[in-house]
Amino acid sequence: MLEMKNLSLTLEGDKGPVEILKDINIVFKDRLLYVFTGPNGGGKSSLAKVIMGIYKPTAGKILFNGKDITGLGVTERARLGIGYAFQQPPRFKGLTVGELLQLALGKDKAMKECSLLYDVGLCPQDYLEREVDISLSGGELKRIEIASLLARELKLAVYDEPEAGIDLWSFSRLTETFQNYHRMHDTTIVLISHQERILSLADEIILVADGMIKEQGSRDVVWPLIMEDACCNCRDACSEGNEEIVQCHR
Amino acid sequence: MFNAIDKHMLQTVAGMHDIPRGAYNIRKNGVGISRNTTANIEIKTKEDKPGIDIIVKPGTKDESIHIPVILTAEGLEDLVYNTFDIGEGADVLIVAGCGIHNPGDASARHDGIHNFIVRKGARVRYVEKHYGEGNGQGQKILNPKTIVEMEEYAYAEMELVQISGVDNTKRDTEARLHKNAHLFITERMLTDGVQLAESRILVELVGQDSSVRIVSRSVGRDNSRQVFYPRVVGLNRCRGHVQCDSIIMHQAQISSTPEIAANHAEAQLIHEAAIGKIAGEQLIKLMSMGLSESEAEETILKGFLK
Ligand SMILES: Nc1ncnc2c1ncn2[C@@H]1O[C@H](COP(=O)(O)OP(=O)(O)OP(=O)(O)O)[C@@H](O)[C@H]1O
Ligand SMILES: [Mg+2]
Repeated sequence: MLEMKNLSLTLEGDKGPVEILKDINIVFKDRLLYVFTGPNGGGKSSLAKVIMGIYKPTAGKILFNGKDITGLGVTERARLGIGYAFQQPPRFKGLTVGELLQLALGKDKAMKECSLLYDVGLCPQDYLEREVDISLSGGELKRIEIASLLARELKLAVYDEPEAGIDLWSFSRLTETFQNYHRMHDTTIVLISHQERILSLADEIILVADGMIKEQGSRDVVWPLIMEDACCNCRDACSEGNEEIVQCHR
Repeated sequence: MFNAIDKHMLQTVAGMHDIPRGAYNIRKNGVGISRNTTANIEIKTKEDKPGIDIIVKPGTKDESIHIPVILTAEGLEDLVYNTFDIGEGADVLIVAGCGIHNPGDASARHDGIHNFIVRKGARVRYVEKHYGEGNGQGQKILNPKTIVEMEEYAYAEMELVQISGVDNTKRDTEARLHKNAHLFITERMLTDGVQLAESRILVELVGQDSSVRIVSRSVGRDNSRQVFYPRVVGLNRCRGHVQCDSIIMHQAQISSTPEIAANHAEAQLIHEAAIGKIAGEQLIKLMSMGLSESEAEETILKGFLK
């Protein structure tokens, strides 16, 4: 349903151009659940932003159901049914949770803001009138961000580290919720995550590191590779003086 | 009694769909045209100068006073002095506001000088909206001056809003707070075109345990200019917080200078000021929900100025 062909991204950093993504090739199939994982700074969020149209790729193409959408902006992609839940959602002075969800729902929708809040574990009474400003905790903000994606009938939903800041006990219920919602609209889901529990939900895991796709496949194939990588890097980098803390699980 | 323009202006600046309930005084083009008093609220025309005295009896509860001013002709210069005496223990809402519909090329101007005395234990909510419109070149000018004296345990909330269309404004607000008096000022301002807006606020915390909070939010668009100068002076054990927050767009210029001064070791005063453009992340978030860039911008500004 979404296809990225020879895609690369170079951004202007403080010290000149930085190559962020290199020759990415991915094909997403309908209704499957993908997980992007990999080290910090590997390029997962950047890849998600390229999908949403927030970053324009320097080279390559993005096709959506066969149509070339490389030139489309954020709004146009949103209207085609692509959605992105931010790793660090922005806050808005003066905009209430209810108003934000209303915007996500669009007009004349049967679904209600309160059932959305309820489904992400927030009591509608306490939150609908609250502003999406600094008064919300990190976890509350992430839950609202998730609700703002659940509100929409998406073809492709990308959640950037949805579990970050959310207590794990609630999170298992939350993953069920968004699987249920997206089943209703046959949504393809991409989860960006470092959590083993989330990786186990995946139909396919995509390992992103150094701006490249290092590995792609089922959980059983990719998980051992990730473990191996993480251990050896840390032993090389910081074994001196930290001997007791560093453990290799191999 | 009111024509369509009058009704539109009254609705915009005072939220009036009809003749309001409770006490009111409506001033149009420099003269009072309609008035109502109640058993507890007296409104008298001043004898020495233009304006009215509004006297609220002690203990008056849950009553409102609407005193909108509208100007619908060009070339008018309207100066008015209003005095509010809010009796001990009263609790009232005052809706002021001024709208100028200037159809011509000569300027129209309203200078309102408001004197408040909020007596012991009284509570007031004061809402003042300013708005201008008109097709000609004529300037719409509003220069309000508000002086508030708050006695012991008095509480006041002042909402000062300039919605749009005012070409030139100089706003001056002064307050003196006595023991345990609390004041909350919120200011909202939007300027565009080549408009000019200046707001000065001076709050003196005279009495022990008095407190003030000033929250000023503004948006400057096009080539407009804004100057903010909120000051809080602590002369006793007291608390003060000044927060100025502006969104700057296009070629606008905004200057914000909050000042705090303490003359007492137990005065606690804070000020914060920020000027910046709309955060790109906010725009992108709303666009990623399907809003166009201009819809996203409007949503953000509307929330910010709410
Ligand atoms: N706008 C930008 N300008 C310059 N560099 C950027 C920009 N955005 C991302 N980068 C860089 O690109 C690299 C990849 O960042 P990205 O946010 O995609 O990583 P990530 O895999 O999501 O990491 P994390 O797990 O920490 O969220 C990082 O080195 C980052 O510093
Ligand atoms: Mg990231």
